[in-house]
Parts: sequence; C-alpha cells; structure tokens
Amino acid sequence: MGTLQLAGLSRRYGANTVVDGVSLDVAEGELVALLGPSGCGKTTTLRMVAGFVEPSAGTVRIAGRDVTRAPPHGRDTGMVFQSYALFPHMTVAGNVAFGLEMRGIGRAEREARVLEALRLVRLDGLGERLPRQLSGGQQQRVALARALVVNPAVFLLDEPLSNLDAKLRAEVRVEIRNLQQRLGLTTLFVTHDQEEALTMADRLVVMERGRVRQVGTAEELYERPADLFVANFIGRVNALAGEVAGPGEFRVADGTALPCPRDAAPGMRATLCLRPEKLRFQPWASAGVPAVLARTVYLGGQTEYHFTLAGAPVMALRETPPAGDRLRGLQPGDRVTLDWLGEDARLLPEVAR
Amino acid sequence: MAVRGARMLFGASVAGAYALVLAPVLAVVVISVFSQEIVSFPPEGFTLRWYANAWDKREFARGFVTSMQVALVATAIGVPLGTAAAYALTRARLPGKAALNTLLLGPLAVPGVVAGTALYLFYVRAEFWVDDDIKGTTLGLVAAHVLLTIPWTVRLVSAALAGLDRSAEEAAANLGARPLTVFRRVTLPMLRPGVVAAGLFSFIQSFENLELTLLLVGPGRITLPVAMLNYLEFRVDPTLAAVATVQIVLVGALMLITDRFVSLARVV
Ligand SMILES: Nc1ncnc2c1ncn2[C@@H]1O[C@H](COP(=O)(O)OP(=O)(O)OP(=O)(O)O)[C@@H](O)[C@H]1O
Ligand SMILES: [Mg+2]
Repeated sequence: MGTLQLAGLSRRYGANTVVDGVSLDVAEGELVALLGPSGCGKTTTLRMVAGFVEPSAGTVRIAGRDVTRAPPHGRDTGMVFQSYALFPHMTVAGNVAFGLEMRGIGRAEREARVLEALRLVRLDGLGERLPRQLSGGQQQRVALARALVVNPAVFLLDEPLSNLDAKLRAEVRVEIRNLQQRLGLTTLFVTHDQEEALTMADRLVVMERGRVRQVGTAEELYERPADLFVANFIGRVNALAGEVAGPGEFRVADGTALPCPRDAAPGMRATLCLRPEKLRFQPWASAGVPAVLARTVYLGGQTEYHFTLAGAPVMALRETPPAGDRLRGLQPGDRVTLDWLGEDARLLPEVAR
Repeated sequence: MAVRGARMLFGASVAGAYALVLAPVLAVVVISVFSQEIVSFPPEGFTLRWYANAWDKREFARGFVTSMQVALVATAIGVPLGTAAAYALTRARLPGKAALNTLLLGPLAVPGVVAGTALYLFYVRAEFWVDDDIKGTTLGLVAAHVLLTIPWTVRLVSAALAGLDRSAEEAAANLGARPLTVFRRVTLPMLRPGVVAAGLFSFIQSFENLELTLLLVGPGRITLPVAMLNYLEFRVDPTLAAVATVQIVLVGALMLITDRFVSLARVV
C-alpha cells in the first residue's frame, strides 16, 4: 500500500495537449475517481501512472518514490483494463498467479494466494477454466483478482465496468468498493459515469479537456460546484444568467427577480444555479416567481416538472404527488408560482450560454 | 424465382471452381493406380505396380529423405528468423521499415530460376573466398531454402501481430514482467497460430521447390522434385504419378494435422 502523488502531470501529442498540468494527492487507502467527458484525458492520466505513456512534464510518485521514468514492470501498480486483457492461453489460476510468479514467490504460497484471491472475487472452483469459457462478469472478476493478488501499492481501474450490463454493473460496483475498503487499497478509478463515481469514490476529480476542474467529495461537488461545467456534469442543474440586484435578489434579463444568497455582492454578473430538487412550485398565486408549466415527465416515484421561466427552461424534481393532490391537476400551459430558498441557489461567476 | 436461379448459378460456379482446382490432383491419383504406360481413357487394369517401381528406384527414396531433411532444417532456421523480423517490423521504431519489408518479401516476387541462377553464381564466387564447396552441399541448399521460408513467415506472423491485443502485453508488464518475459510468456503464445501456420507453409514451400533448387543440388544430394524431373528426361510413365500421389497425401496430412491445432482458415 502507498500514496499516489501527481504533480503538474502533462502529456502532449504534437501540438495537442491532452493532459494539462494535473496535480493530485491520493491518500493511503483512498479511492479517487477521475471523471469527465469522453476524450478529456482520463485514460492518458491513468496510463502515465502505470508507465505506459511517458509524461511530457510533471512527476508521478508512488509510495513516496519518484517513478516518473520507471518502466511499467518496476512500478508496483495493479491495473484492471477496460477490455480485461486476460491472457487467453492461460487458465484462470494461471492468469492470477502470473504476477506472483514475476515476484518470485514460491509455488506453495502462490497456490494458496491464488485460491484466496479467487475466493475473494467469488470465483472459487473456476481456476482451471480458460478465460474464453467465462462470462463477461466472471472475466472481469478474474482481472480484478489478478491485479489484487500482488498487493499493489496503487490499484488502477480504467472503466472496468463499462462492458457489463446495468444490473451486473451495480453489483460489481459494490463488490469492488467493498474489496477496496477491506484491503485498504489506494485506488485511482477512471469512469465517465457520474453515478458510478458518486457511489464509489471517497473523492472525485472532474476533468475537462485535459485539465482538472474541481477535486472534492461527492457532497462538495454537488452542493458547491466550482463552476458551471462541474455543476452540469455532476447531477442536473438549472442555470439562469443575470445580475445580483440587491441583498438576496437576483435579476434575469427581463427583470424578473429571483431569490439568491444574501451575501452576494450587488452588481455582480453571474449564473444562478439551482438543483431541481430545491425548486418548489404551486399553482399560480399572486406572490413569487411566475412561470408556465411546459410538460411533466412521470418517473414512477418521482416526477419531473419542466417550466418556462422568463424564457429559460427550468426543471423541478419531486416525489410524485399522491392521487387527488392539487398538483396532479396541473396541465401544460398552466401558470405556476416558483419558489426556493435563496441559500439553496448558488452563484457561479461564468455566464450560462 | 430469380433468387433461386442466382443461387443455383452460384452453386454451379463454386462446384466448377473446385473441379478446376481438384481435377489435376485427382487425375494424378487416378493415373498412379492403373496399368497403361501411356495415359488413356477410360483407364483399365488396377495396379500398385507403379508404387513398387517408385520404391525400387532408390533415387526417389533418397530424394524424399533429402527433401525432408532440407525442408525441416530450413523451416527450423527460417521461422524463428522470420518471426523476429516480423516482430521488429511491426513493433520497433526502425528507419526504412517499408523498404525492409519489401526486401523480406522479395523472394516471393523473383522467379525461382532467376534466384537459383543468382545463388549459383554467388556460391561459385563464395567458394573461391572460403576455399570450400558450397553449391551441391546440403548447407548451400538449406541456406537457399531459408530464403523461401522467410517471406511466408514474415507475412503470416506480421498479420498475427497486427491482430494481437496489446493490452494483454501491457497487463503482463504491469504485473512485473520484463520485456523479454512478456514476449516469451504472452506475445509468443498468443502468436502461436500464426507461427504454426508459417512453419507449415515454409515446410511445403521448401519441400516442393524445384526451380530454385535445380542448379544447387549435387550428386547424391538430389531433392525429390529434382529426382522426378531427372526421371522425366528418360521415361514418361505413371511412376511419377505414384510419387506425386505420395507427396500429395503427405502435404494433405500435414495440413489436416496443423488444422487440428490452429484453425488455418483463421490465420491465412
Ligand atoms: N497515442 C495518441 N496519439 C494522439 N492522440 C492521442 C493518443 N492517445 C490519446 N490521444 C488523444 O488524447 C485525448 C484523451 O484521450 P484519453 O484516452 O485519455 O481520453 P479519455 O478521457 O480516457 O476518454 P474516454 O472516456 O473516451 O475513454 C483524446 O482526444 C485522444 O484522441
Ligand atoms: Mg478512456
């Protein structure tokens, strides 16, 4: 086990900087998720940690040791590949034993540890199978066992769940997290699925076009996003451009006044961000923010209400009201009153498009 | 109706193509087991006399042994060399890769007789330098046949390398394997179908070769195809068909055995 430190890590391909000054400390036993849209440089960052891609600048430290120039076989990382990358000509047990063999561990101990690792991923008894005789989920767990069994200083996962169906993905997600916590593995996990990142990670790193936009816990990122990109990427958000008019008052272009935090500096141009579940509404009453219902989307336990507010779309998410509730009677085109606590809204410096 | 017609036409074309390819082979086999010396139709008089005759002519048996030896040794040398070359060509950052590749595939493009003549002249010159026999020796023959095996190996192994999943090699390195260990434990086993196929084709190329060999054989070191040509100069009778049938059966058996280990249709 050990820590992982990235400092100013960059990678250029020609004129194209695909990873740009990424700095990050992963504490011992911590699981950090690298999250971001496709092509933002997550895989490249992970591969620089594993030693498959040479950084153009910056350093990688594993357990305090500078490994920036070390070859992959000298880094003591355990990587789980998106394609699993099992050795097709070796049995499951042979695959799992490979890393132990490379570390010169004797046959008896090797066999014991392979059995233990297979038990850990619930594959006992399948040791003599070949990878092609396993289902996708089982292959994925062989890949996990193979990386875990050597007790790597850093555990690296590149979208290990993306080839699994939704149900299995949810299961394996919990399994990986449990294993990681039980074994206290320092882990860097790449995903572009925000739900995966939110449910598994101690901390998340949101990346965009090679740069880190924000690092924090799920709660921090959701409730205090640093910018509009993060707010949009983690969960859903209503974004309204305008200006702070006075204490607790925000005005959009057509003059409609909206509640905002009281400590905002008047005169500041900003984007007001509000999570859908913080937005309350009722059939038209004289006081409050006026809007028009555009449509509702029934999701079973919850319902989405889409409104038009001063020409901009906003959305509320709430529990589906019980039968007979007056909200049930709302029709598209009906006028409504919106309301929220000023402190629930967040002002971000950028202006929404 | 039109679909059915088209399908029948397709079926007929396939059958025609097979017939065209197989007819000469079948003809050879048929000729080898009937008694007329001059080929005629319909054949009459089933006999194994020509096989006995071929056996009696010791040059065929000796030729067979020589061909086997040369083909085995040439394959054993050419396949590792070709595999190494293919690996370097696909993986290493080499200047002039394309030119090198063309050079290695060259022997496929040069007519055998031309290559044979060139080698003959080269050997004559080289004998002068080393002051020893080269042409007419097994060594000279094997060296020439290695040239036949390399292009096939380079082609087949390069194709196998191009289709290889690199992430398995990365996984091995990640687990602590040094580059040479990665090659030995992961890359090579994953290339096995391509290498086995390369061995098979190399062997057949060498075993059947006539043109390149013609000028390079010496007395007592005649390969089977050359022995057959020599025989043809004096006589035309089904003895040759009998020898050819044995050859056909051997190559066919080799292909079937190989196919059991690696599916040839997948690699070729
Ligand atoms: N070898 C390379 N040569 C040139 N460009 C590359 C190379 N490898 C990656 N890139 C570019 O770097 C960028 C980041 O790639 P990377 O694979 O790290 O993205 P990612 O965040 O993992 O995306 P995804 O979620 O789709 O896997 C991409 O625009 C990609 O085209
Ligand atoms: Mg990726």
